[in-house]
Amino acid sequence: MPKVIVVTSGKGGVGKTTTSASFATGLALRGNKTVVIDFDVGLRNLDLIMGCERRVVYDIINVINGEVALKQALIKDKHCDNLYVLPASQTRDKDALNLDGVGRILDELKESFDCIVCDSPAGIEHGAFSAMYYADEALVVTNPEVSSVRDSDRILGILAAKSKRAVEGLEPVREHLLVTRYDPKRVAAGEMLSVDDIQEILRIPLIGVIPESESVLQASNSGTPAIHLDKSDVAEAYRDVVARFMGDEVPMRFTTYEKVGLLKRLFGGR
Amino acid sequence: MPREEPAFKIKNANLPVLVLHLKTPDMARVRAQLETRIKQMPDFFAHTPVALGLAELAGLASSDAPLDLAGLLDFMRGQRMQAVGVIGGSAAQREAAALAGLGIIPETPARPAAVAEAAPEPVVEAPPAPPAQDLGPAQPDLPGLEVEAAPAPLAPPEARPTLVIDKPVRTGQRIYAEGANLVVLAIVNAGAELIADGDIHIYAPLRGRALAGARGNTAARIYAQSMEAELVAIAGYFQVFDEGIPEAVRGKFSQIYLDCDKVVVKAMANKR
Ligand SMILES: Nc1ncnc2c1ncn2[C@@H]1O[C@H](COP(=O)(O)OP(=O)(O)O)[C@@H](O)[C@H]1O
Ligand SMILES: [Mg+2]
Repeated sequence: MPKVIVVTSGKGGVGKTTTSASFATGLALRGNKTVVIDFDVGLRNLDLIMGCERRVVYDIINVINGEVALKQALIKDKHCDNLYVLPASQTRDKDALNLDGVGRILDELKESFDCIVCDSPAGIEHGAFSAMYYADEALVVTNPEVSSVRDSDRILGILAAKSKRAVEGLEPVREHLLVTRYDPKRVAAGEMLSVDDIQEILRIPLIGVIPESESVLQASNSGTPAIHLDKSDVAEAYRDVVARFMGDEVPMRFTTYEKVGLLKRLFGGR
Repeated sequence: MPREEPAFKIKNANLPVLVLHLKTPDMARVRAQLETRIKQMPDFFAHTPVALGLAELAGLASSDAPLDLAGLLDFMRGQRMQAVGVIGGSAAQREAAALAGLGIIPETPARPAAVAEAAPEPVVEAPPAPPAQDLGPAQPDLPGLEVEAAPAPLAPPEARPTLVIDKPVRTGQRIYAEGANLVVLAIVNAGAELIADGDIHIYAPLRGRALAGARGNTAARIYAQSMEAELVAIAGYFQVFDEGIPEAVRGKFSQIYLDCDKVVVKAMANKR
């Protein structure tokens, strides 16, 4: 059964697009035929992070408006065979992402893809709502700060009440908490919420913790999803997330500061 | 010739209406206090029919001075409060009300009316409305903001079964148990709102708002397994905790009830 997975958060700048790119890549690397869709009409970041911005000719709104066939708008990823990108439009009206149109596109994609990853814009209207409405599963991206947790809580409320699955009384959307930009040192110092604090409020299963790392910025500047980075915590953490999503049992990593300290003591590193 | 099907019928109904008892002819003051009140419970009055109680004005010396009802009505409409009529007042005031398009509701002293009174001393500022960080500008027609009890059209209000919620109630969600008690088995997060015409029981932390006896039942109570609320109210009398929740009840299994006009929050004894 093909799956529609929304990457959502309410708040902007928390790492949804970074996550969409790496998560979709990870799914493709594990053999799933995957497409990742940019719902952020107007901002259009995903193609930059995937490094395919120069190949964007048509976008999702051209397809919704029936101006081109879906096949014409899909861009094949340069790193993986199994991965395609459906870009957002830079200029057009956000309202063009209407539910009917999005539903038609998703139905068509389900005929040839196993996983459809929807990169949601910030907020809870228009594009964000269209991105989450058809979801089977949701990665709720949350930073360890109160305002981000609050917005994730709001998104979870909407998923539980207004998604297609909720409205039609089907099995509820499967919710996964993904904590990103996690800095165990600052958490230990009490400057940020801990994973436990976040879970205590949101009360949904944790699928992973992505550490804060400068390598993310380098990756996005070079148009390479962070999961491809060599010897990077962020890449490892995203691989773990994909593995857990596929049902593997993988212990949580990158959540405690002590571990780093211990390694440092053992190897005398800095 | 067949008789025509009746297109309507008229029946006497005993409908619940909030009464806003005016205590001063100074509409600017009324508006200012009302605005504070509404900020504390946005949506509480939304589309709710409200009658203006003028009885206390009739006795004042200035009872023949013209009331700026039109201004008040404008303001109320802006707040989505629906003024339907006036009760009491001097002949001049009632005439002004009729001119302003309001109904004249006969006084029926036997019927207890719901009270929505300004707090004795304007104790608190409105708690900050949950900030809509980064959620974009205006939010018309928000998806996902209300979960309401399914209306049970024919049953009298008292007979409605308890509304039981077994999933987390999250920021921006509102649960209304109309004419019923409300039982919540999962967490009620900050920014979530529970409203019941009867009692409210929460068998999990209460971090949002809970308003029991919403149509004026002063005997309604709230029971929360862990008291961490932003706001609690009984029959329109409410209490906010902008300076934190008192140590004695914080995080404790608590009950909340009305003692005269005071909202009492009390930890439950551990004894059996
Ligand atoms: N794990 C991380 N460590 C450091 N910076 C990150 C991390 N994840 C995301 N970022 C940075 O945060 C910013 C916002 O990320 P983005 O994925 O565009 O968020 P969103 O799509 O939620 O708005 C970007 O500058 C990105 O490089
Ligand atoms: Mg983004």
